[in-house]
Amino acid sequence: MSDYNFAYLDEQTKRMIRRAILKGIAVPGYQVPFASREMPMPYGWGTGGVQVSAACLMPEDTLKVIDQGADDTTNAVSIRKFFEKTAGIAVTEKTRAATVIQTRHRIPEEPLAEGQILVYQVPIPEPLRFLEPRETETRKMHALEEYGLMHVKLYEDIAKHGHIATSYAYPVKVEGRYVMDPSPIPKFDNPKMDMAAIQLFGAGREQRIYAVPPYTKVVSLDFEDHPFDPSKAEHPCDLCGAEHTYLDEVIVDDDGGRMFVCSDTDYCAERQALGHRGRLSPPETLAEEAAQ
Amino acid sequence: MPEKHMNEQSLIGAFEAPPQDAARAFRAALEALARPGSIHEITGGKAPAPMSEAAATLLLTLCDPETPLYLSGAHDTAEIRDWIAFQIGAPIVAPAEAMFALGTWEALLPVTEFPIGTAEYPDRSTTLIVETDALHQHGAQLTGPGIKTVASLSLPALDPFRMNAALFPLGLDFYFTSGTQIAGLPRSTQVSDMMETN
Repeated sequence: MSDYNFAYLDEQTKRMIRRAILKGIAVPGYQVPFASREMPMPYGWGTGGVQVSAACLMPEDTLKVIDQGADDTTNAVSIRKFFEKTAGIAVTEKTRAATVIQTRHRIPEEPLAEGQILVYQVPIPEPLRFLEPRETETRKMHALEEYGLMHVKLYEDIAKHGHIATSYAYPVKVEGRYVMDPSPIPKFDNPKMDMAAIQLFGAGREQRIYAVPPYTKVVSLDFEDHPFDPSKAEHPCDLCGAEHTYLDEVIVDDDGGRMFVCSDTDYCAERQALGHRGRLSPPETLAEEAAQ
Repeated sequence: MPEKHMNEQSLIGAFEAPPQDAARAFRAALEALARPGSIHEITGGKAPAPMSEAAATLLLTLCDPETPLYLSGAHDTAEIRDWIAFQIGAPIVAPAEAMFALGTWEALLPVTEFPIGTAEYPDRSTTLIVETDALHQHGAQLTGPGIKTVASLSLPALDPFRMNAALFPLGLDFYFTSGTQIAGLPRSTQVSDMMETN
């Protein structure tokens, strides 16, 4: 038994966050201001996502936390431990087994289902922030649906590079109204945002919560002659052979050797367990020995 | 001011395990609003009649001294005011100041008196908790965010909800409560007559 209130936050704070989440659901893509609390972790480590998760978790939940697709990185492990300790909930690395998934910068490869909640950690919630630093102005721009500046930015990409060079945190329009920052997920993940699960976004330092309900139209901004392209590395995964997943490029030696592996560690491991093999997979016999 | 004395009824009906019960109730409320037309069980709070268990649970989950509340019609009783004062602490206000409102559909009319938010802060609008006799998944046709194709829900009217949706991104958000059941209708939902879509 821990000496924390269930899921760490006090009840009044949770009520405040819950009200913000519900208004976010009612106005998809709109950033709801909330009184973000100090959390026992530094800003930039997912304080927004943690507060949203804390407001959502029930005792019956199974939590999965990923950082760039991986379950075993510092950020993911520490947040998982945080909720194991303060909420006493079950945790998992299996996407399918999780009811709440907190993520930093990825959407799992496995399609999410109804009944699941995906909580994003968001560093800068305002998609227009780097174009217009004043909050008073960006708020007005959202109110007036004045998003020309964002298209100018994408156009300048094309003028400079010949294509839209934005590859992560690629802006989307939600249900034809609000332009939204999908958090720094790779643009490869953007098409997945039209999903069956509830998506909640928490930005702790910036004190904003926003949401995308299930089956909501999420369109990546583009031009007719430069349509959105959810590009990925032109390689199969070197461990599981998948050709349809988002890959990390890993430098493996001092001679320029490299490998490409699924960024979603759970998905990759499950494929390997099913017998899928990539270019650099150990032979099956070795893998079996290692498993024993 | 009439003389006030707490009746015993106001001291009971809170959550048995507040953090856990509120967490479960919130998830029901979240699913209800995120999937308009879906009906969920929400239990744990018990307030004086005529407030339903669903409405009492929702108030305990979302309201506190920071959320001005409007009580309408038969829900504006001394017993309910006492219960809210003791269990929740929400100030009782007029519709124009309300963050939440509770009552039957007829008692809450005209809904045009409630704040619908501002262009810059559309979240500053009232959430109405509408007590109904029963909730069914037939009646008005719903489309929009949270709905895969089309959903149906027994709504007390059509036009006010249509007009509310036309205000998007401004507008009111609704919960419908009956017994231990809850359904949600955010402003983002398009409402139409069953006949029209066929």
